[in-house]
Amino acid sequence: MAALMAILKRDLALAYRQRAELMQPMLFFILVISLFPLAVGPEPKTLQLIGPGVIWVAAILSSLLGLERLFRDDFQDGSLEQLMLSSTSLPAAALIKVVAHWLTSILPLIILSPLLALFLHLSEPMYWALLKTLLLGTPLLSLIGAIAVGLTVGLNRGGVLLALLLLPVFIPLLIFATSAVESASMQLQYSAQLAIIGAMFLFSLALAPFAIAYALRVSQT
Amino acid sequence: MWKWLHPYAKTERTYHLCQRLLPWFSVLGLAVIIVATVWGLAFAPTDYQQSEAYRIIYVHVPSAVLSKSLYSAMALAAIIGLVWQIKTSFMAMIALAPIGATVTFVSLITGAAWGKPMWGTWWEWDARLTSQLILLFLFLGVISLYKAFEDKQQAGKAAGVMAIVGVINLPIIHYSVQWWNTLHQGATIMKLGKPSMPPEMLWPLLLSILGWALVSGAIFLLRMQNEILQREIRRPWVVALANKSSTLSEGK
Amino acid sequence: MAVLSVTNLSVVKRDRLLFKNVNFAVKQGSLLYVKGQNGAGKTSMLRVLAGLVAADCGEVYFTLQNIKDCREHYHQHLVYFGHKLGINLTLSAVENLQYWCKQHQVVISVDTIFYTLAQLNLVGLEDIPVSNLSAGQQRRVALARFWFKQDAKLWILDEPFTALDTQGIELLSKHITSFLRGGGAVVMTSHQALRIDYPTDELTLEYRI
Repeated sequence: MAALMAILKRDLALAYRQRAELMQPMLFFILVISLFPLAVGPEPKTLQLIGPGVIWVAAILSSLLGLERLFRDDFQDGSLEQLMLSSTSLPAAALIKVVAHWLTSILPLIILSPLLALFLHLSEPMYWALLKTLLLGTPLLSLIGAIAVGLTVGLNRGGVLLALLLLPVFIPLLIFATSAVESASMQLQYSAQLAIIGAMFLFSLALAPFAIAYALRVSQT
Repeated sequence: MWKWLHPYAKTERTYHLCQRLLPWFSVLGLAVIIVATVWGLAFAPTDYQQSEAYRIIYVHVPSAVLSKSLYSAMALAAIIGLVWQIKTSFMAMIALAPIGATVTFVSLITGAAWGKPMWGTWWEWDARLTSQLILLFLFLGVISLYKAFEDKQQAGKAAGVMAIVGVINLPIIHYSVQWWNTLHQGATIMKLGKPSMPPEMLWPLLLSILGWALVSGAIFLLRMQNEILQREIRRPWVVALANKSSTLSEGK
Repeated sequence: MAVLSVTNLSVVKRDRLLFKNVNFAVKQGSLLYVKGQNGAGKTSMLRVLAGLVAADCGEVYFTLQNIKDCREHYHQHLVYFGHKLGINLTLSAVENLQYWCKQHQVVISVDTIFYTLAQLNLVGLEDIPVSNLSAGQQRRVALARFWFKQDAKLWILDEPFTALDTQGIELLSKHITSFLRGGGAVVMTSHQALRIDYPTDELTLEYRI
């Protein structure tokens, strides 16, 4: 347990020291979203219509950008090797690293989301629905994404490949999340969508750590 | 139980097994496909609603059916490879992947072509077409991951993990896309296929599915042999095989 | 008793057989020096011994237990030093070592870390990011691990002398010798001639095509 806390503390400290690098996906997120009003026109009705989809697509893309950081440095400098040679359980360590990554690179995006909701003229119920889907859905992005990062970490040029592998896998999440916000815009219930996203999250929470650990071991070959 | 099978002894046996099976699959497959296609295109009755345009099902349906089976087969090979650490199984997986991708692509093209007379547009965001498109992306993801590694043993394991993630996701994608589709579309789209098909139309369809499966099997066997030869190029039995075939061709 | 023993070990990398049916045992207080050309598979051998990579055939035993069955126990008594140092360049030397010790369940005071770093000639460099240190100094930071894990029974070192100056080589050689005298077992590779004053077992790996 102390070993896992040490990982969390170290990763948070590292994120703080490399905060300039962490800012990049965040800026990307804001930039992509501000492109849309410029591209489709500032008509509030149109923006409201495409808003949830745009925010979710931008969130997926910018989380992909930051995802590579998850294991890259540790793999290259050999910290991962030393971690595997300690008595700490690798799936647990991987899960902790994903948590640290989510806290440092995804949570800021969610904190930024009210601003973006303003940009895209989302109504208040839509905003709350968006926030809930982001809170439930983005951990899923990190967990599944970490499997692919674990597999490609040894390749040194995983960037585009990572997107190629992960985007199709994220489609159901995108569908359920945006439809929840859409339901909210029509004052309808959206607990069903949230429940499905929650189920997918719990399922991946149970299995992904083992897949990540396996992926990291494959990368050591 | 699997460990005693030495990893090298097996590829040779697999190679010869492929060699023995190949004529059955290729000859039978070609024959069945020719019969089914001629029957379907020339002799099956015309549809009263879609007239001749429906005949594309004799290509579209087999490819659509096969695409998902091939993905499942690929994922199954990956699971076997990962659980029992069998190298040959990963070779089978990667031999299957491009076949699956091609078949999926064919089903997309024919689906789109069928859409033109049916819906008046080349592309309609129909639930089935959309999930076929995503399936194609999943295939391409597995292939590109495999190609990205230089160490092919590592590549097999990595691509295998991704194939398994994909196969778990496949039903979720299928249902989510269907649900998305009903959410966004009214009743403008005509349902594909009809609840019941007269046997004169159904028989050639079933035959052509069989034919496509057999030909895919034949291509798989060829690709599998190729993969084995490439990977085991330094093994004595491969060298002996190469020498034998080169003396044979010189003798001719 | 054999600390580390290996039966019928075969390793394949990139579809090339590196070595086949290797058998050996490393007893308490003995040093195994793995020799071979570039590409002969020395590093792969050490990574298999450490349990980072599974062998294609054969088994590795730690105190007669298969390392697959006693992974945690094995790693508690092992210190591995590879090509990659396992040192994060953004963190300082002390932070790196503290993290490593927590990871490996080694209880140690900050004073001991400072003392060891001073022994390794790193006075004044303890608290700055490791990226500001020279290559040799970075290696010294990583080597400090060998001073911390008291209950280690086996050290595996892959080219430990690279980029070290003569003083560093001497310091490490002495430390290895005293570990061996205390009943430890060591497996190592090195391109430099060994300057260790201790009887050495040798294992030579042939380069295979």
